[in-house]
Amino acid sequence: MPPKKISIRIDGEMVNAAGGQSIMEAAQAIGKKIPTLCYLKGLKAVGACRLCMVELSGVERLFAACTTPVQEGMAVITNSPRLARYRRITVELLLVERNHVCAVCVSNGHCELQDMAYALGITNVRFAYNFPRLPLDLSHPRFALDHNRCILCTRCVRVCADIEGAHVWDISHRGINARLVSELNARWGDSASCTSCGKCVQACPTGALSEKGKSVQEMVKDSGFITSLAHSRGVQA
Amino acid sequence: MRKMKLATIWLDGCSGCHMSLLDLDTALIPVARRVDLVYGPLVDAHEFPEDVDVTFIEGAVSTHEDVEKVQQIRQNSKIVVSLGDCAVTGNVAAMRNTVSVKKLMQSIYVEKSDRDRLIPDENLPQLSPLCRPVQDFVKIDISVPGCPPPSKMIGELLDNLLDNRKPDAALKLRFG
Repeated sequence: MPPKKISIRIDGEMVNAAGGQSIMEAAQAIGKKIPTLCYLKGLKAVGACRLCMVELSGVERLFAACTTPVQEGMAVITNSPRLARYRRITVELLLVERNHVCAVCVSNGHCELQDMAYALGITNVRFAYNFPRLPLDLSHPRFALDHNRCILCTRCVRVCADIEGAHVWDISHRGINARLVSELNARWGDSASCTSCGKCVQACPTGALSEKGKSVQEMVKDSGFITSLAHSRGVQA
Repeated sequence: MRKMKLATIWLDGCSGCHMSLLDLDTALIPVARRVDLVYGPLVDAHEFPEDVDVTFIEGAVSTHEDVEKVQQIRQNSKIVVSLGDCAVTGNVAAMRNTVSVKKLMQSIYVEKSDRDRLIPDENLPQLSPLCRPVQDFVKIDISVPGCPPPSKMIGELLDNLLDNRKPDAALKLRFG
């Protein structure tokens, strides 16, 4: 049975969406970009970064566009002073949580977090920096994990589990102590299930996962193939 | 026409932001006609002047002496600009924050030194436990991120300030 046709409004524009689509997908289909760091077309949406928050008319609270399915008659606002303020605060909190020292990062100039800060006009943060002491995992022969750059978007977790089928990555602990772990918190290099395919590296929006041997600014990523791979395998996003 | 009194200071940073300012190159000539550089590493003034129009702060705040300096700068300046990522975020200078000062000094001046092997303790301000952005101590009017901010942006910022325009939104500024 073909999916049900649904009419919604996005920023006043009438949009024909398909039942089961998320607001994010419906918006992207008409070329409208909603800010996000954790959504990657082809991966299951989880609403981790909260940047895609949108307003729905008649409802006070905000909704994550990537995890909210379209419903008949829905009227979505993707940008407003209130949303801009919350998005700015969200990115500022990401910037202070760990040590995102852009100047010495492999992903400097090619980083989605850096680009997002720029797009939102962030030139300073209002919160105190956390300066946590975080380790690097350099045990894998080809790739590096730098917890200082990780924003816990879980793209790596999802691409590894759902596309590669290896499920090396997970998040352990909670809140400020949450950390990306490989297998049962073992060294990445000791992982028996890692196939060294590198999809996690390409999916990572920041410099948290990178190829070894890359210096500052050299880590250019391409996550486009993940979307097409997911599409060709019929993985339900 | 009265010249704009500009001061610059170099705290915990690499001087790259000052280099970027100098990188304005020939564009410095028209700026120099309208600006009086009253304090900073590029001129020979010992005391921070009392009535400065604009002060550019490069570098993060790393010692008690730095704190006193930025407080005096705030008091004596109409507009205070955090110039570059170290002043705005702590940046590379703040990467020492995950190591204790004692361990840091021991590592740099004793373990990894090939001569003297002495930790400097006289006539030098002691490092504070944390290196922090300038905005943690005084109100900042304009933040100019970048490592360093491109000289073109510093030029535009100076143009804006000289024309009494609020520059923040117009500049294309990014971290790193």
